[in-house]
Parts: sequence; C-alpha cells; structure tokens
Amino acid sequence: MAVTIQRAKVGWKRLPLSSNYAVAYAVKDLDVDVIAAYPITPQTTVVEKISEFIANGELNAEMIHVESEHSALSATIAASAAGARAFTATASQGLELMHEILHIASGLRLPVVMSVATRALSAPISIWNDYSDLMNARDTSWITIIASTAQEVYDSVVQAFKIAEDPEVMLPVIVAYDGYIMSHTYEPVLVPENNEPILKYAPKNYNRIKLDPERPVTMGTLASPEWYYEFKYQQVAAMEKALDKAREADKLFAEYFGRGYGLVEEYMTSDADIVLVAYGGLFGTIKEAIDMMRQNGVRVGGLRIRLWRPFPAEEVKNALKNAKLVVVIDKAISYGARIAGPVALEVMSAFYHDAERPSILSIIAGIGQRRITEETIKEIVDYSRKLLERGRIPNESLYWGVRGVRYE
Amino acid sequence: MRYEIRWHGRGGQGAVTAAMILANAAIYEGKYAQAFPEFGAERRGAPVRAYTKVSDKPIHSRSPILNPDIVVVLDPSLPKELYLEGLKENGLLLVNTKKTPKELKKSLGIDGNYTIYTVDATKIALDILGLPIVNTAMVGALVRVLPIVSIDSVAKAILETFSGRVGEKNVEAVKAAYEAVVGSDL
Repeated sequence: MAVTIQRAKVGWKRLPLSSNYAVAYAVKDLDVDVIAAYPITPQTTVVEKISEFIANGELNAEMIHVESEHSALSATIAASAAGARAFTATASQGLELMHEILHIASGLRLPVVMSVATRALSAPISIWNDYSDLMNARDTSWITIIASTAQEVYDSVVQAFKIAEDPEVMLPVIVAYDGYIMSHTYEPVLVPENNEPILKYAPKNYNRIKLDPERPVTMGTLASPEWYYEFKYQQVAAMEKALDKAREADKLFAEYFGRGYGLVEEYMTSDADIVLVAYGGLFGTIKEAIDMMRQNGVRVGGLRIRLWRPFPAEEVKNALKNAKLVVVIDKAISYGARIAGPVALEVMSAFYHDAERPSILSIIAGIGQRRITEETIKEIVDYSRKLLERGRIPNESLYWGVRGVRYE
Repeated sequence: MRYEIRWHGRGGQGAVTAAMILANAAIYEGKYAQAFPEFGAERRGAPVRAYTKVSDKPIHSRSPILNPDIVVVLDPSLPKELYLEGLKENGLLLVNTKKTPKELKKSLGIDGNYTIYTVDATKIALDILGLPIVNTAMVGALVRVLPIVSIDSVAKAILETFSGRVGEKNVEAVKAAYEAVVGSDL
C-alpha cells in the first residue's frame, strides 16, 4: 500500500523531562482513553503526572485506581477489549504480578501499551535498576522496545500505539527504559505544542473487533487441542509482521517528525574489531567510552538493541558482520545457563547457522544497579582484547565486577 | 565544554531539587543538561548526593560524577571526606556556612588546591522562606561562582517547579544568596 506523506508542520517545546514524565506527555498527546495503574517505584511518577494532566483538563481520560498490578493490567485489557486506547505502567515486582495477564493481553490480541521503568527483582529487595523484570517477560508475546533517552521514550510510546493498533499486528507493546538511571533523570525533550500531528501519525484504531452489545463477540473462550495451536501460531505470524511494521513505523515517524532510531542503533561499527552490544541507558555511557578509546586508536564500536521483541536479527547481523569480537553486556541473568545473558543468547543464535561469524563474549554487569562508568567499559574492552589475542573466548558468561570472582 | 556539579546535602534539604533546577535552567537556555540523584532509599537526615551536568553539546553518558568541577555542600555538618572525594585539582568548593572561606579552610583542615566559596544560606532561607531549606539559595550562590546559566533562567526554572508565593520567595532566596556568596575572587 502506497502511503502519501504530508510532513506535518510541528511546533516543538523543549522541556526538561525525566523519562517517566516523557511517558506521561506521550500518553497525553496520544489522547489515551483509559489508564489503570498501581504505584511502584520507580514507575510511580508516570501515573502521577498522567493524573495531573487529567485533573487539570489536559487529558480527557478515565484513570482507574486498582488494588494491584494484576488488576491494573486486567482493567487495561478490559478497556482495550471495549475499544478504548488503553495504557498502563509498572516495574519490577509489579510486572511479575502481571505475568499471567501479560499472556492474556497478547492472546486476546489487544493493542495495550505499557511502560516499564526496569528494576531488579526481590529477594533480596532492590529498588535499583537492572533488566531482570523485563527479560522475564520475554516469552509473553509482547512487542518490546528499549529506549535509551527520554526523547526516545516519548517517541517510542507514540510509535508503540502505531504498531500495536496496526490491523496486521494487534499485539501489546512494552516501552522499557532504565529505572532511576533514566526514569528519574531530567534531560531535554522536544514535545509538540499541540497533539494534532501525533494523532495524525498514530490515529486511534476504533475500527477493530471489540466488545459491543450491538455486535456481540466472545473473547478468550476455551480453545480445544484442535484449535489452540493455531491461535498461538497466529501470534507467531503477528510478531513476524510486527518486525516490518516497527521498521515502517519508525521510518514514518522520521518522515513526520525528523527523528528516527531504527530497530538497532550503530555507533562506529564499520571498522571496529570489537563491538559492544547493549541496551537502554547504558548505551550512552558506552558511546562516550568509545569516543575516549577511539582517541587512543582502539577500534571499538557499539550496537544498541532497540527492538528486543521481535528480535531484529538481520539488522543485528549486518551491524556485527565485520567485527572480530562481539561483546554483549546484559543487565539480567538467566540462571543456570552457561551463557546467562538473554541478549547474548539471542545474538549467538542469530549467527549460529552462518559459516562466517564473529566470536561472541557474554558479560553480565549492572545487576541491581552496580555502577557502570566509562572506566568499567574500558576495562571490559581491555580484557576482551586480551582474550582476542589469546584466541580463546570463554563459552560462558563473565560476571563483571562481582566480589570474589576475578578473570585473568 | 561540559561542567559537572555534585551536590551534597541531607535528606529533606532539597539537594535533588537543586540539581534539577540548575539543569532545567540550562535546558530553558537551549543548552544540554542532565540532573539525577544518587539513587537511594531516601530518608530525612541521611546524606544525599545529586548530580548536574551542563554542556553545549548532547550528553550521552549516564555515569555518576566521580570527578566534579564543583562541589556544593548544603549541610556543613557532613564529613569533608564525603564531599571532597574526587573533586578535581583546582576545583571549586561552595559551602553553606557562617564561616568565611579562610575560616572554613582552617577549621576543616582542607589542604587540597581548591577555590572555596561560602554563603550563609541557612540564614537566607530562614529569613526569606521561614524554613531551613537551603537548596534554591545554593543554586543562586552557584550561578554567581560558576556562571553557566543566568539568574533569570534559574528564576524561570524555580517558577516552573514551585507555583505562586512559594516560587516567588524561592527566587528571592536565589537573588539574596547570589549577592551574599563570598570568595577570594568575588
């Protein structure tokens, strides 16, 4: 289908916003109809800000206060099933409590959008950042975007509704970003002076199957062994479709608003011997570390995974094809796996059938917000170069910076 | 040029808000800035640190500031080891105290090569706000010592954060501290 683009004339305001507030501004500008949420650190200021927008008349929406995250997502799903544009936000234990409902949102094919300010999981209690919560939601059939700046958070929530409500997709979307490290950091964000261009880019899709007393349908009924599998395969096909649709949505966004991100972000990869792969806010620190190392003649580059599900294997392979060593830094642990980094596993599997492929090293770091600075990144690269010289890349994850473990 | 500012206070004094107000003022001027707290389980009275980065160019790194250009101390009872840690050689130190820079240097035995500035922000806050919340006054003193944003932009950032009379009073505290701060080159 040919799409005629009329580049909208957009007036922008440049505001100091945290990533949490950037989510709230996007929800307002997308004219979301129903929000249901339960407070949890470090997500809470998302829905506080949305409540403020509703209270002062800037957003005409229903805010449902519920008694748990399980109910928050259930109410969001119900609203979406009735045809509303629906949103929720959570983190950490909240996302865990939602887990069974995550599958119901995607199984019912409802275009719910949720923001996740990623946070470590109990026990022991940690209110700080890592990506354990998000990675546990990997197999729930939610499209998942991981942003790395507050601007990208705003833009990604807008893109999320565009992708979710596409008739050929109809799957829920998570927009994730670092809890605290991004959720509570103020930085400049461009938001439109009015939301017309946003709604022109992402018009509400009310023309979909919904609960309507005039035209009754059943949702989520029993599926016998004769049919259940086909329902699940439709989700597989929709995820495949979502890959194209996410690409298109980002391209169209760039044409409308002059900002695009791609499904992955490459930084100085073309001549790099070593490429660091990461996601979320960490990539900013990695970029500055790369700048410093480049000044010393180290040929190092970076690749950021922006779309996590569906996984953009082609873009990833293309960005890494010239590297001698790929170092994947994961901020989550798949316990009991030799390669315990969820993204490292994915990158490895993308290359498995290729005769020509880079060596791949899996690093675990930043767990429970253990500090990662440019210096940490340089140490990781120094060690990786040593491994490359020795010609022996370990077939197990390295737990970087944990007490009691040293790698020689 | 990127300036890295580290704020030290105790829970309840508003160090995190001070970091944010400075960043917001820079952003209103079209500059790039980041403000974030050292994330802890906040409790009143516990040592708190917060960070502001200001630059003419985009700021990508999300590292905490280990080697600040300037350290701002909201509470003089904090141990000096806490706030002097990593301060750059020739860095600036701005402290809320009744003492003069010379007196402070002597009483604390600060031997590093720093330029020290002091302001009695507690008195300013008590006089103007009626509360010992010194954060906005310290922002006022800071932009005098390190003029990276204008005092008007600070006022705008404050009025966007605190509405009505509270905002106006805080702007007054900013201006008072801007005038009152002392140091060898002021």
